[in-house]
Amino acid sequence: MLIASLSLPEQVVLTLAALILLSSFLLLAQVRLDSLINTFALQGLLIFFATVLMAFIAGKYHLLISAALTLFLKVFFIPGQLRLLIIRLNIRREVEVIGNPSLIMLFAAALVLFSYYVALPIRELSLLSTRNTIAISLAVVLIGMLIVISRRKAVAQVVGFMSMENGLFFAAVVSTYGMPMVVELGIAFDVLVAVILFGVFFFHIRAEIGSLDTDRLNHLTEVEK
Amino acid sequence: MNALGATLFSPLAGIFLLAFIGHRRWAKTVNLLICTATFVTALLLAIEVFQQGPILSVNKLFYIDGFNVYLILLNAFVGMTTAIFSGPYMDHEIAIGRVDDRRMRLYYSMYQGFLFTMLMALSTNNLGILWVSIEGATLATVLLVSLYRTHESIEAGWKYFIICGVGISQALFGTILVYFAAVRIIPISEEGLLWTVLQQHAGQMDAGVLSLAFVFLLVGYGTKVGLVPLHNWLPDAHSEGPTPMSAILSGLLLNIALYAVVRFKMLVDPALGSHLAGNMMMGFGMLSFSVAGLLLHRQYDVKRMFSYSSIEHMGLMTFAFGIGGPLATFGALLHMIVHSLTKSAIFITVGHATHVAGTQKMSNIRGLIRTQPFVGWGLLIGTCAIAGFPPFGVFTSEFLLFTATIKSYPWLAPPLVLGLAVAFAGLFRNLQPMVFGEPPVGQEAVVANMWPVFVHLTLVLWLGIAIPTVLAQWLNQATIMLVGKGVL
Repeated sequence: MLIASLSLPEQVVLTLAALILLSSFLLLAQVRLDSLINTFALQGLLIFFATVLMAFIAGKYHLLISAALTLFLKVFFIPGQLRLLIIRLNIRREVEVIGNPSLIMLFAAALVLFSYYVALPIRELSLLSTRNTIAISLAVVLIGMLIVISRRKAVAQVVGFMSMENGLFFAAVVSTYGMPMVVELGIAFDVLVAVILFGVFFFHIRAEIGSLDTDRLNHLTEVEK
Repeated sequence: MNALGATLFSPLAGIFLLAFIGHRRWAKTVNLLICTATFVTALLLAIEVFQQGPILSVNKLFYIDGFNVYLILLNAFVGMTTAIFSGPYMDHEIAIGRVDDRRMRLYYSMYQGFLFTMLMALSTNNLGILWVSIEGATLATVLLVSLYRTHESIEAGWKYFIICGVGISQALFGTILVYFAAVRIIPISEEGLLWTVLQQHAGQMDAGVLSLAFVFLLVGYGTKVGLVPLHNWLPDAHSEGPTPMSAILSGLLLNIALYAVVRFKMLVDPALGSHLAGNMMMGFGMLSFSVAGLLLHRQYDVKRMFSYSSIEHMGLMTFAFGIGGPLATFGALLHMIVHSLTKSAIFITVGHATHVAGTQKMSNIRGLIRTQPFVGWGLLIGTCAIAGFPPFGVFTSEFLLFTATIKSYPWLAPPLVLGLAVAFAGLFRNLQPMVFGEPPVGQEAVVANMWPVFVHLTLVLWLGIAIPTVLAQWLNQATIMLVGKGVL
């Protein structure tokens, strides 16, 4: 497969896909909460551009509605809400120590390889322009999961969770030009409610343990204490 | 079709109504009335489906067939009986100061929200909306798990939110892959997630993509079913929330996640032409069944113990659907009903028992049968039923399943019997002192309404002795849809 044989817009979509994957790695490594949220907004913006471009390449203009939803939710609303929360909880400058960052990075790189391997049967079916993008979106989902697992701060876990949603949305856009509209709206509604509930939870966790360090949520065990 | 609209509308209206009046003293009556209305309309819907066969709504958004109609009825029924129990239970919680007015409004509103999302998940024809509804059910219950705002309940709520959220994202990826395979052969892409359309084209979809999709779907929805090793959230969420929530989480929500897995299995099987999906379900099911049975022995909290019992039974059902074949499938479908009825009855009894003893620790719950005979007997009979004693319905379904296992996979029969025996021992070693032990001085009876328990257990007994023709036909219809051959 020669990249140069693709049309220009398709090449741009591939470049955007690569940048989206890069932003996932940035999220994984980012230790300051405010920069983490900014990177997340950047990832949303890249997905917004990719969606708009896909809408024009394929002539599927309903994708523009999905793109607008992404712009509103992933670029403005969710990052805005999270910024507001970390200001109100006064943890804006907080820095998180990630245990063994190089190992986690290597693991994430392995996840990308794994995604390409898993996506092989799909890629054979698919059009040239979407071959790489499905594997990349799966990688974004898996790296999002890795963020949730490797971080201890509740805010960072939420960012990881939302980054998984980004990956899923990107997968739907590049493989099938988006899901049916009613499903897209349903998913957007769920994401919206989830963000609000996460905000509520931050305050509850803070009130109970005095920080957002989820490592300290360790009272429930299998054996009696 | 109007019956379906009404079934969905009453809990939807309930969400908003109870959000405003949930703190009033009479809110429990309103809650019960709404649940009763839902049940009556679900009954009308069931009659309609029984007379006319499967119904597809005009806009193709809803589809009711033999597989989901009985689950809708079951949902509405258990929702109603749990609402009967929830009244006095929550009154007691208010009296001891564990919840305030705002939280009562949240509680009742989300009670209806939970029922709504589950009914939506069951009745929808769109596999994407199925995902949205199941995620919605998580969102509706997550604040109820942490309703008491103790350290433990917040921890349980957070764990539930994160693990189920991350898990179910995998299911969405699987759904996207199914849609990807579908749009290649279905001309109208807006219809590419409709169950009725997909079912007709199931054989033509690409096998490679669908087998990959099923892995994601099984892991995703399997998290919600509580399959080992994705079960960590379940005992915490079920034990820390208010007991009426435990009853419907254990009795209903797990069923719905399994329903989703089975629906997808029906699409994947004809495309693959192999038993891959079934084998995966058998593996996960057997693992969950065995591990949960062993973990029953280590429990100290009565609600945790019965949560593990739920994992064990969900494992058993997953295993049965995995075997395939008419007998095992019929048994699994029946098991969904009897497990729901029995488990919610047990949680209702346990709710009263924890109020009698003032704790959930099993070592401090003693002599229920002397302090409050109805609660003691309810717990004893309920546990006998869930452990699979004849003549209760759980015995019937487990017997069917066991027969099917001997027929298809004889080498799996010994571990199955061993697992059942281990689970039985695990339940009864803890149950015996709770029911028969010496009651502590000063232990007093509480206001309890045991009618729901009585009705549930009578139904389970009835299903054990004779399955009504209507139900048997639905189950048979569903079995034919699932495996192509019925048992009747």
